[in-house]
Amino acid sequence: MHSFGQRANAIITFSLTIVAVICSLASFSDNFNTPSPTAEIEVSNFNWFQKQRNGNDEVSLTLNISADLQSLFTWNTKQVFVFLAAEYETPQNALNQISLWDAIIPSKEHAKFWIHTSNKYRFIDQGSNLRGKEYNLTLHWHVMPKTGKMFADKIVKTGYRLPEEYR
Amino acid sequence: MGWIGESLESIRSIHIRQVLTQAVSLGMIVTSALIIWKGLMCVTGSESPVVVVLSGSMEPGFKRGDILFLHMSKEPIRAGEIVVFNIDGREIPIVHRVIKVHERQDTGEVDVLTKGDNNFGDDRLLYAHGQLWLQQHHIMGRAVGFLPYVGWVTIIMTEKPIIKYLLIGALGLLVITSKE
Repeated sequence: MHSFGQRANAIITFSLTIVAVICSLASFSDNFNTPSPTAEIEVSNFNWFQKQRNGNDEVSLTLNISADLQSLFTWNTKQVFVFLAAEYETPQNALNQISLWDAIIPSKEHAKFWIHTSNKYRFIDQGSNLRGKEYNLTLHWHVMPKTGKMFADKIVKTGYRLPEEYR
Repeated sequence: MGWIGESLESIRSIHIRQVLTQAVSLGMIVTSALIIWKGLMCVTGSESPVVVVLSGSMEPGFKRGDILFLHMSKEPIRAGEIVVFNIDGREIPIVHRVIKVHERQDTGEVDVLTKGDNNFGDDRLLYAHGQLWLQQHHIMGRAVGFLPYVGWVTIIMTEKPIIKYLLIGALGLLVITSKE
């Protein structure tokens, strides 16, 4: 008949297969969720704006961010990582992306928020191109699942402009 | 006397056949594991398609012992992506998030700054001395998928080698002694 080893082998293989199938089904079920997040971003103040000793421009600003990301959450969502990036083009660089603020949203209850903050990471250019520079503020989010595939998307807000003079 | 020699001969040949079958089945297991690994390398374009998270610097997103699936596509690196990178002079690859990107107009080269979600500051302290940015060649891949807990097997095996040898011994014994 069947030995102990054979039975143990069969049970372990079977249970692992079931777990793998359930995990992939859970990840697949995320595809049926069509989120409709919204965001408003306002730059309320430029705290200071100067040229560093090494020639790079640096600006400090205060932001009002309000967003509703509740629709991103499904039963397979562990957390949503959300961050706000300034994006602009300079003669030297085709794209500059600078993260200004980020947060981890652990649950759906915290996914509708309003925050008034100065930039968490330094807004430094590679060079001296920031005076009067037009830039986009983009709210990015990364959905981290309990298991399976990760999702990412963004909302782009255009038409922001930095001051013409250092202050 | 003839039939004794004959039967001895047949026993010997059975024995040889059995040994051969076992050797072949052992070889099959090893080579199929190798094929799966190399196949994943081809499909994902990353030199190590699966990595185990070793530190808590990305908590609560990734915990120690979680497994990440990497992908290395032609698309340029963008802020927010979770990348796995190697620092010159450091053996262990690091899994962190990109927070700043500067992409050159003429060459398309990128300067990238990373940070662990759970760390207070950015990664400049982890980089080689005097290094301010990561370049494309430091980056092994970006994380696209996630599986919790499975990596504990490898962590336990690297930290307690005895368990690894016991496991390999037991498996080897099973393969050798199996009759079918």
